[in-house]
Amino acid sequence: MRPDVPAPPAEDPAGRPAVTLRDARLAYGNRVLWDGLDLDITPGEFLAVLGANGSGKTSFLKVLLGLAPLSAGSLTVDGEPARRGHRGIGYVPQQKHFAPDMPLRARDLVGLGVDGHKWGVRLRGRAYRRRVDELLEQVGATPYARIPVGLLSGGEQQRLRIAQALAPNPRVLLCDEPLLSLDLNHQKAVSALVGHQARANGTAVVFVTHEINPILEHVDRVLYLAGGRFTIGTPGEVMTTEVLSKLYGTHVEVLHSNGRIVVVGMPEAVMDGHPEVLPAGEAA
Amino acid sequence: MSWTDFTGAVFNFTDYAELLPLFRDSLLAGAILGLVGGLIGTFVMMRDLAFAVHGIAELSFAGAAFALLVGADVILGSLVGSVLAALLLGAMGVRAREKNSVIGVIMPFGLGLGILFLSLYQGRAANKFGLLTGQIVSVDSTQLSALAVTALVVIAGLVLIWRPLTFASADPDIAAARGIPVRTLSMAFMFLLGISVALSIQVVGALLVLALLITPAAAALQVTAAPRMVVLLSVAFAILSTVGGIMLALGGRIPISPYVTTLSFAIYLVCRVAGSWRRRRGWSARAASLRAHA
Repeated sequence: MRPDVPAPPAEDPAGRPAVTLRDARLAYGNRVLWDGLDLDITPGEFLAVLGANGSGKTSFLKVLLGLAPLSAGSLTVDGEPARRGHRGIGYVPQQKHFAPDMPLRARDLVGLGVDGHKWGVRLRGRAYRRRVDELLEQVGATPYARIPVGLLSGGEQQRLRIAQALAPNPRVLLCDEPLLSLDLNHQKAVSALVGHQARANGTAVVFVTHEINPILEHVDRVLYLAGGRFTIGTPGEVMTTEVLSKLYGTHVEVLHSNGRIVVVGMPEAVMDGHPEVLPAGEAA
Repeated sequence: MSWTDFTGAVFNFTDYAELLPLFRDSLLAGAILGLVGGLIGTFVMMRDLAFAVHGIAELSFAGAAFALLVGADVILGSLVGSVLAALLLGAMGVRAREKNSVIGVIMPFGLGLGILFLSLYQGRAANKFGLLTGQIVSVDSTQLSALAVTALVVIAGLVLIWRPLTFASADPDIAAARGIPVRTLSMAFMFLLGISVALSIQVVGALLVLALLITPAAAALQVTAAPRMVVLLSVAFAILSTVGGIMLALGGRIPISPYVTTLSFAIYLVCRVAGSWRRRRGWSARAASLRAHA
């Protein structure tokens, strides 16, 4: 442990951060995505991870999920080393449509989060059904609980994925661009749902996105990745012309208009190359 | 051929009461295969493997033809062929597009090999034809118990991996993040699928395997999305097709596969009509109104 580690915040009942990164480094060959990353994510905190394509945003999530190892440094999730299938982590990926004939109703999709990882078939269903009903209620999906998932809209499917991720009462909710391909109304509704989850239930949220505006009102801190460097701070501290210009190593302009933040003049060079480590089942 | 000749060949129910007991074993075999086909078919649909099933069947045919040629056990030959093909496809990767092109390349090669072995074979022609079109009528009690044991293995394996396989089939990324061994499950499923294909070939033949492994599940998916109902209906449709097909075929002179495929096709058509009605009146009307309000 290093001496400059901040004390855990008072609101944490277990007295420890949800996620702790110490001197963490991720590199592919001699390409460094980030290095020297010290970060404590406290329960109930909403952390947005921003950056251009290829800046290591998704890799950051893969590391937290235990699907990719750190090149150096340490990472603990809920006090334990990160590993695949950690029960303290809920994962909400990008919206991806289901085939219309997928034999699952909304409630069955949520139910996969409850006991989909267990072997065998479900023999006693009462506790299962109660938990699924609770989760559907929690994300406001009860009205379409019995509709086949393939017939639901993208926003509805994302609500269900959030409910599914919340099933094991995770300490951390990892969201990988969950608003992509949703219309504005659904973007707002889904971010509000995630924000509420952080505040009301003390779930830490790590929200990877390339667009901060839909989630701006919920964000506590921003981790901004660019070209092998990073900056951490509140949106007010990070989303400024000075800070981002320094981060990108070239002049970029951060404009504020109508409560929206627009970054102008990002260099194109950092956007190329995408050496992501994908989980086994992932198909393009 | 006159109409009476045709109906006499296709439907002939004279002496039906005496015939039926003689075919008890075949009917049982049909029921077992219906059960296996209906169960595994739902996962085949979920994982979008219809084309793979067809490819596996052709290699299974090649294996059986080779066994016939060298005087080995035909069922064993078809089993080896289809399990090898299934594992190969499973190991090859996960991208559907890539997989389809590989299947398209392997399939005609397997079929060609099979035809080569059959033309070299000097024995009875009925054996040759049976591999392509089915030969369940000749099942004896030893074969029946072998079939039942193999089917039991497949069903037990499927039940064991049921929930994680469902998760991995519905959303592999999230399942992997939850720690489910997605790749291992995929290989285990391909193994079970290979065995099921080899079994089904005994009833309907290599060319018509899809009628047992796809059509019943596809029909069930037309009318319901509730997982339990899908499985129940899929199994019921498959058993209805095999047992019904055998019973219709008893008196006639033609193989049973046309009966089985026609029955399962008819069930699919009925479900398709019922499903489109339901989608118009119920499901999507509800989803559409939600979308309009959102």
